[in-house]
Amino acid sequence: MGKNTGGEAGTVEQFLDSTLESVDSAESLVLDMAQKAGFPEEDLHKIGMSVRETMVNAVVHGNQYSAHKKVHVSVSKGPDRLTVSIADQGKGFDLNGLADPLSEANLLRNSGRGIFLIRAFMDELHVRRLSPSGTEVTMTKYLVRK
Amino acid sequence: MSVKLSTRQVGDVSVVDVAGRITLGEGSSALRDTLRDMVSKGQKKILLNLGEVSYIDSSGIGELVSGFTTVTNQGGQLKLLGLTKRVKDLLQITKLYTVFDVHDNEASAVRAFT
Repeated sequence: MGKNTGGEAGTVEQFLDSTLESVDSAESLVLDMAQKAGFPEEDLHKIGMSVRETMVNAVVHGNQYSAHKKVHVSVSKGPDRLTVSIADQGKGFDLNGLADPLSEANLLRNSGRGIFLIRAFMDELHVRRLSPSGTEVTMTKYLVRK
Repeated sequence: MSVKLSTRQVGDVSVVDVAGRITLGEGSSALRDTLRDMVSKGQKKILLNLGEVSYIDSSGIGELVSGFTTVTNQGGQLKLLGLTKRVKDLLQITKLYTVFDVHDNEASAVRAFT
């Protein structure tokens, strides 16, 4: 179960267990803030999916479902943007080492599309190694008011 | 709701009606199990009706690809029916839309099997 450390402020944080249930929890948390920020339905879908993909990477590949490792989720709401950071405690991965899922050789692979979809759906994506271990993925979606 | 799958026969085509969410965990494994079971029973013409699929993630996309290659490698055919806009968009972004034979109408999809 996670812990809120934010309330109505611009940033909300949770420390979640390394389970698939946490994927749903993180998605709900972020979508609630995104909805209140005024993102349109199509953007909500893109944000929610990006959070799910990142959480799955953190829980499955990063923390490998370890009961001793947590996923730190931080959501910040600015006047024109929503920024989500998701950090695991795993061994980390090299963003540049990921195979291109659109290349002919990889097109029919069963996996390897998560980061690609996040890049397609969010406006910014940053990945950094944490010390002593872990990976932090930070993604931002800008609010375009009509 | 996670995912609900039901199968029916239209001539010699096996139609799988899929409803709900195909995501990592129960949703994608249910689809995988259903397709593997059909292939193991020798069913060679499979039409996946995704008209009631509300959500699919990269794991779900992976299961569609896996099902496609499994059926094709066994000499069968797997076609898709009734994609929602979001599923269609995802398949286009990932360049998989042209890999699958996609239909909007069940009758024409069934006729398309050779």
